[in-house]
Amino acid sequence: MRAQRVTALVTKELKKLVREPANLFMALIFPIVMTVAFGAAFGGLGSGNMDATYTVGIVDLDASANPVWAEAFREGISDTGVLIVREYEENETAHADLLQGKINAFVILPEDFGDSVDSFLAHPADPALWINSTLGLAVDQGSMIIGAVVPPLIQQVLAVTIFGEQALTLALPLSIAAPTQVTSSHLSQFDYMAPGLFAFSAIFITMLVAQAFSTEREQGLLRRISMTPTSSSEVIVSQVISNMITGATQVTIVYLFSGLMGFRAQATVAGIAYAFVIVLFLVLCNVGFGLITASLVKSSGAATGLSFLFILPQMFLGTFVPSMGGIGRFVPSYYVTDALTSLFLRGAPLSSPVILMDLLVVAVVGVVTMVVGIVVFQRFGGD
Amino acid sequence: MLPQSTGQAISIKNLVKRYEDVTAVDDLSFSVEAGEVFGLLGPNGAGKSTTINILSGLLEPTSGSATVMGFDVQKEPGKVKERIGVCPQEPAFFPYLTGKENIELMGNLQDMPKERLRERTDWLLDQVGLGEASSRRAGKYSGGMVRRTSLAMALVHDPELAFLDEPTVGLDPQSRRATWGLIEDLKGRGRTVILTTHYIEEAEALSDRVGIIDYGRLIALDTPQALMEEHGAENLEEVFIKLTGRKIREEV
Repeated sequence: MRAQRVTALVTKELKKLVREPANLFMALIFPIVMTVAFGAAFGGLGSGNMDATYTVGIVDLDASANPVWAEAFREGISDTGVLIVREYEENETAHADLLQGKINAFVILPEDFGDSVDSFLAHPADPALWINSTLGLAVDQGSMIIGAVVPPLIQQVLAVTIFGEQALTLALPLSIAAPTQVTSSHLSQFDYMAPGLFAFSAIFITMLVAQAFSTEREQGLLRRISMTPTSSSEVIVSQVISNMITGATQVTIVYLFSGLMGFRAQATVAGIAYAFVIVLFLVLCNVGFGLITASLVKSSGAATGLSFLFILPQMFLGTFVPSMGGIGRFVPSYYVTDALTSLFLRGAPLSSPVILMDLLVVAVVGVVTMVVGIVVFQRFGGD
Repeated sequence: MLPQSTGQAISIKNLVKRYEDVTAVDDLSFSVEAGEVFGLLGPNGAGKSTTINILSGLLEPTSGSATVMGFDVQKEPGKVKERIGVCPQEPAFFPYLTGKENIELMGNLQDMPKERLRERTDWLLDQVGLGEASSRRAGKYSGGMVRRTSLAMALVHDPELAFLDEPTVGLDPQSRRATWGLIEDLKGRGRTVILTTHYIEEAEALSDRVGIIDYGRLIALDTPQALMEEHGAENLEEVFIKLTGRKIREEV
């Protein structure tokens, strides 16, 4: 591995990024446009969005001996200042009201809600003795804003109400994803979306890498490079480095522009450094996806199309777009958004198990994807 | 540095390359002396480019062996690539880089010292007539300019052996003469040049020896003068037509 060769190839890639309008737009302009557009639409700059409220129905089926937890949960919902509670006796009425647009979402507290909480508090370190249960949640799917805002708020209320301000436990008897402890009444919808924007920018690197390799292969440039002593590992390392520089630039851009649009991250310098690290692992993962894409198809046009097989699931299941249930856990961007949500919205410490686990998952997936990408490309992606 | 130099820049023995049912190179054997300009001629699809691709380490032969500057192309392709420069048939260049940057990139991929790279780049830009256009992006160049850029990219590290695959196709007379000047410069400094071209008079004028291959087989190998005398021809093109026929070939 010669530094002069790798440096020359990295420089070449960065010049391409800056000089080719399509690449420049996709890598750097697009994140700015998305951040500014979402910030303007949902951020705290306008007065209207700050006062937005949503009506949430609660179907209380809790039949536990101790009703205090269900009551605390209802109060927690009301205390958000964003969610207005409407009580229902049964599921059907709430469902009908949701269909008619009278409420924006409803939560079903299960029969063993209180028992589940009590079982956890009695044996916090022994999951075998917990009573596992799940809260039902129905959201108006016609509204992206409600889908993005209401579920995290409810999760936050559940976590804070039951487990207090130190809700950092990974395993719980109740289904809770990425609990937040931020006072929701001070947050705009954009604040909930911004962490997803960090991951959103990086996932398009799949397309940039797939295009880079397939175009250079079509134009005989990979062959031209292979006529020199440059090894394929030097070519791939240069791609990784140049795309990591791109990813770091994207994080900086999203952070600066989201700040300008009113995003109030509760992160320290170390937290911001963590954001760079986890996004760079996501970049690594997407470079791997790009290599796989470039290996499977021969033309740059087909590579662009195929790259969306990797981009769209990551975008819809793991960024600011609300995902359905736990399916988001199958895409790496989900863990980046999850970690940055915990970090930026609730100011959780870097030692938090949730944040560390998210980093571990993205790092492992990134390295594995990269290795698979290299193997597949060397086997099928050459001339 | 030549390891145990035999004086041979290239040595090919019983080289075969098959693609499924097509034999592109068929039991080819010949050698090229160091410092020679060797014209490798043949109709379309005769196996010239396949032979060059094997010699430059891009293709694995089906059987046979080849050494370049004393190194086995299969066992030590890295050492071969440090010593050769390849100007491909289709000009390959990075359109978003300037002409100068394209040449410098190839020099950096050959690990050239910075100062030496700067000197060679400036000299080559001048030789191929791209001095004034050197800071323009190569994607904006004319066909002739990209071909000249591609040639300069192949020669930037002053290779011991240059493979020039139809380097003058599409060039105007001035550019063609500049290319000939570069080939003569290489020869004058003891470099070896493998030249493939469909301009037979070009091969006749520049080559010390000529090899004619057809259907992957070597059918003639000698100096242009000796070949003309042997076949009673007035020029090399007559020899070429006499040996390969008048039938138009298709690329394989």
